[in-house]
Amino acid sequence: MFESVFHQYSWDEVKRSIYSKTAADVERALLKPKRSLEDFKALVSPAALTYLEQMAQLSHLATQKRFGKTLQMYAPLYLSNECQNICTYCAFSLDNKIPRRTLTDTEILQEVAVLKEMGYDHVLLVTGEANHTVGVPYLKNAIELIRPHFAHISMEVQPLDQDAYEVLMEAGLHTVLVYQETYHQENYKLHHPKGKKSNFSYRLSTPDRLGKAGIYKMGLGVLIGLEDWRTDCFYTALHLDYLEKTYWQTKYSISFPRLRPIEVGTSEQSALKSFNTYMTDKELVQLICAYRLLKEEVELSLSTRESERFRDHVIKLGITSISAGSKTNPGGYAVEPQSLEQFEISDERSPQEIAQMIRRQGYEPVWKDWDRSFQVK
Amino acid sequence: MFSSPLTIADKTFQSRLFTGTGKFHSSATMQEALLASGSELVTVALKRVDLADDQDDILSHLSHAQFNLLPNTSGVRTAKEAIFAAQLAREALETNWLKLEIHPDPKYLLPDPIETLKAAEELVKLDFIVLPYIHADPVLCKHLEEAGTAAVMPLGAPIGSNKGLRTRDLLEIIIEQSKIPVVVDAGIGAPSHAAEAMELGADAVLVNTAIAVSEDPVKMAQAFKLAVEAGRMAYEAKLAQPRSHAEASSPLTAFLD
Repeated sequence: MFESVFHQYSWDEVKRSIYSKTAADVERALLKPKRSLEDFKALVSPAALTYLEQMAQLSHLATQKRFGKTLQMYAPLYLSNECQNICTYCAFSLDNKIPRRTLTDTEILQEVAVLKEMGYDHVLLVTGEANHTVGVPYLKNAIELIRPHFAHISMEVQPLDQDAYEVLMEAGLHTVLVYQETYHQENYKLHHPKGKKSNFSYRLSTPDRLGKAGIYKMGLGVLIGLEDWRTDCFYTALHLDYLEKTYWQTKYSISFPRLRPIEVGTSEQSALKSFNTYMTDKELVQLICAYRLLKEEVELSLSTRESERFRDHVIKLGITSISAGSKTNPGGYAVEPQSLEQFEISDERSPQEIAQMIRRQGYEPVWKDWDRSFQVK
Repeated sequence: MFSSPLTIADKTFQSRLFTGTGKFHSSATMQEALLASGSELVTVALKRVDLADDQDDILSHLSHAQFNLLPNTSGVRTAKEAIFAAQLAREALETNWLKLEIHPDPKYLLPDPIETLKAAEELVKLDFIVLPYIHADPVLCKHLEEAGTAAVMPLGAPIGSNKGLRTRDLLEIIIEQSKIPVVVDAGIGAPSHAAEAMELGADAVLVNTAIAVSEDPVKMAQAFKLAVEAGRMAYEAKLAQPRSHAEASSPLTAFLD
């Protein structure tokens, strides 16, 4: 289990080690054909910032060699914003007094129709954590309902037990994304003071449960801005390295959601909540390239949290999948477009506009890269 | 064409360059490059095409008299999944040709010899023309041959690695022993690698990444076409063996004449 690996490292020592990397460490890392976790530390360290162009060139080439000149398109489908957790950074947090909604079968199919019209064949199902109303039976039903319409179904919901994942995979689930949010064990509690999510260990062992269930693909990541991103992303890389060796039949992807301001309060009186630390664009490029230079095969995913200009430029630097036209509120596509979103979308362009932008840059937008018929029991 | 044609099962090919269809920056470029390569057998990943859609972008660009389709099972992890996918492909694409790919390891996409042999045995019984993608394992190749596959497709190096014939010593044994065509698949990163495989006596090569990801896929496709042709011609013309020393001026066995 990863937990035993995790406890061999101390946050403060890892952080100190990253911040003490030198230009020579970075240069050595750049010259290697295969890079270690120590090299990764150098590549995410402040010392690497002056090597950004070189990192980008290498990352660009490695990504093209592995993934070709293609970008996978996907869209999120929010099923529910009910949530029993308090997360200090999330608009769906239990203590945020907003109208709650969980989509019915009819509503799910209305949303599906819009996504299909947009051209999507890969969909990501998203919910909060409300185990009574949006538990395994609800998710299973939703997957079965959606399955005939999509080639590839991913899910980003509360962590579940191994047997629950097995049930959902049998229903047609392919990929599960579960972000640790932060690997800083003490401060995790501050960001997640209430609800099942406050259990750090249960969340940390989720990828192990997914691996044991035999999931096709899993997505890792941290919420960037909660703690020192360099240290948190080292732990993500450490986790990935462990998982690749342990659950070698599973594919992996990484996301790097940066904190954005969220809307809090009541519907009458709402305000934007800001955070103390934001990662700069330069640092995010550094991180994308560092992940690529560590792991040639890992999928790197970019959401509509990021701005148009940033997205247009980074798709060549290592990204392999991208969402577009996203709505982060349940019913956002068709049922109730005006409801509160989980986070503010920055890039509002339609999927077709994004596809055109991708083609203009000499890449092929890929809508389908899986077939539901492959999943046989 | 200056070299002899190649027959696999019920088909005869003038071109010994087989090609893949992934990683191109557009379907139009893919079509142009594949036409320029002269390739008559193109492999297409089932997971990438929408079999229910008769306007599918990839398939419509491959609908050309020059191309025979070779559906592949890339993405499956077990024999069972492969057999299921194969049947689906045969029904939808109206061909019983199949590139059998089972790689449960998504990192290096290395083929699973055990599951591949299992699936090959079943698929042959189901009347598929099976071309299995495998390690350069001479014994496995003989097992597959006995199972009735139409060819074997050993790898030169890990797929997409562009490293060339890293398995050369084993490929030589496979080529020497095989009664069915040997197609070197995966790892061929440069026309010189393709020529090398053909000079060794491979019956064909399969190239994808090196063409698709190059700056000019059409030109690179032509380069591979020429290299495969040159390598095959050299093989047929009986390539001179390299010598590390000069001919002796006083032969040791002259006294026997």
